[in-house]
Amino acid sequence: MSLVEVRDLSVIFTGDRAVHAVNGMNLDLAPGEVLGVLGESGSGKSVTLRAMLRILPPRRTRISGSIRVAGRDVLALEGKALEDYRGGMVSMIFQEPMLAFDPVFTIGEQIAESVARHTGADKAKARARALQMLDHVRIPNAKRRLDSYPHEMSGGMRQRAMIALALACGPKLLLADEPTTALDATVQIQILLLLRELQRELGMSVIFVTHDVGVACEVADRIAVMYAGRVVESGAARDVVKDPRHPYTAGLLASIVRGELRGTRIDAIPGSPPDLSALPAGCSFAPRCRHARADCHAAPPAVRTLAGGREVRCVLVA
Amino acid sequence: MILQVKQLKKYFSTGKSFFGKSRGTVHAVDDISFEVAAGETLGIVGESGCGKTTAARLLMRLIEPDEGEVLLEGRRIGGAQGGMSLTEARRRMQMVFQDSYASLNPRLPIEASIAFGPMVHGVAEREALKRSRDLLARVGLEPSRFAARYSHELSGGQRQRVNIARALALQPRVVILDEAVSALDKSVEAQVLNLLLDLKTEFGLTYLFISHDLNVVRYMSDRVMVMYLGKIAEIGPVESIYRETGHPYTRALLSAMPTLDPDRRTTEPPLAGDPPNPIDPPPGCRFRARCAYAESVCERIDPADAVGHSGHLIACHMSIPRSGHTRQGLAQ
Repeated sequence: MSLVEVRDLSVIFTGDRAVHAVNGMNLDLAPGEVLGVLGESGSGKSVTLRAMLRILPPRRTRISGSIRVAGRDVLALEGKALEDYRGGMVSMIFQEPMLAFDPVFTIGEQIAESVARHTGADKAKARARALQMLDHVRIPNAKRRLDSYPHEMSGGMRQRAMIALALACGPKLLLADEPTTALDATVQIQILLLLRELQRELGMSVIFVTHDVGVACEVADRIAVMYAGRVVESGAARDVVKDPRHPYTAGLLASIVRGELRGTRIDAIPGSPPDLSALPAGCSFAPRCRHARADCHAAPPAVRTLAGGREVRCVLVA
Repeated sequence: MILQVKQLKKYFSTGKSFFGKSRGTVHAVDDISFEVAAGETLGIVGESGCGKTTAARLLMRLIEPDEGEVLLEGRRIGGAQGGMSLTEARRRMQMVFQDSYASLNPRLPIEASIAFGPMVHGVAEREALKRSRDLLARVGLEPSRFAARYSHELSGGQRQRVNIARALALQPRVVILDEAVSALDKSVEAQVLNLLLDLKTEFGLTYLFISHDLNVVRYMSDRVMVMYLGKIAEIGPVESIYRETGHPYTRALLSAMPTLDPDRRTTEPPLAGDPPNPIDPPPGCRFRARCAYAESVCERIDPADAVGHSGHLIACHMSIPRSGHTRQGLAQ
């Protein structure tokens, strides 16, 4: 039984030009599983997460398809049920913790507020929970840090505090949107290890969005590669990284700069991703693909399922 | 040596309190010296606050150094007698920044942006525009399609190509690339790195390649300089730095790199905590607060560069003969 089931999800931003950010996306996530969603800018990875938390601006977006989390129809949630869902059942961490916190309240007040809202705990209990959470994410001097304002903390500490806030109400699903991208290398690895540890301890599911293959390898059980609003390949992290089947995945892996390649040319993917307001009729990657043939340009390829739960959207895969 | 940097120093004051007392001093670049040979690429790595961008700005004289000097082709930049004027220095040394959008004038078509520099330096407009179109073609932007476009009509990768063309328009000898590919997607980054390598050969350029990405630096550089809190931790030939790493900070940086192999994940973070801020650093070694091998000598004495072999310098007491560190001379 999946915790998350996304079926044929499409997100269109309306306006002068309609931007097709997500185009028929399918996704399944088991309880306690970590899925790495890998893609470049404009691939639709962040928009998918935002649609799952229902935080896209409703006036300017048209969402179709279905999202079910723990049996609930997320797109149908309204009012109190939606508020309970956000932050209770599912929560999210972002790249920029300064934007997730309100600068005029202390870290402790903000975590306690969320706890009180979702569990009905009184002030003292909520504060005790906040302290427990700061300890949990290994913030030194947690007691003193409870009364710190966000700007008084370093980047790595703020990121830990944001994780504490997100996990304070024991969500079943954590959505992580490039949470380590803005951090220095030595801090990034600390946060990745912390997330892995907390995930194991709490047994929650995580969808971890990143553009960095290395980061995905460090945290994910399974990897889904996105291109132009579709998952083009998914499977066990090991399989996808060591034996990519979609030409885009293969190209992405080949264009990772490895220091040992000094003196050779990098095998870069030519061209750039398609304009999301004028998507090609066929496979979105076909214009950049060296293996493209006539039928690639006709219609988007169907999903092909391989052994080991791998799925690939490419006509070349038998 | 095309570029010589001698004892360069830049401190910033963090502002004054209400009573006029200075709150602290940021030791952004603290007494660094290095040289770059013509035609080589020097990679500069380090985390935020280590002074790599300040160092680049000092070389370009976008900010004035407090102490020290920079010699370009043997002549002192901004020097009075026999020195090189800033105008001349900036023609011979150009810079490409991380933010490709902020570094282009949004009101000029890109061909005019590229021609602007040469025209300021006295090239006739027709000649400058011709050079601009040649360069656009050279960086992979078809002039007939792109010359008249404005910067907002381009993708990030295309804009960075324009910035590279603009830097080359003055026919410089040295190009400083400050996180020039960091904001690009991986597939585009690879294209731009290939382009940079081609241009280097074609125009006989010398690069200072600043980045936080150790893989990219290893790929691009002949020599590498690792900075920590305003000081040079280690500098040497690229393979020597990556294979015979001398400084514990460099080792930590290297082991903090994600593995790219789900079967061999990192299990221990190499360092705890964030990089400290460079305001009023304590005496002794800057890295000692995060270093597993710190001893009393590290608190008292700032490790001066120890000479290793083939010009590999390591600012660590463990590498300095007779430093008094108990692990001195032991292989790590």
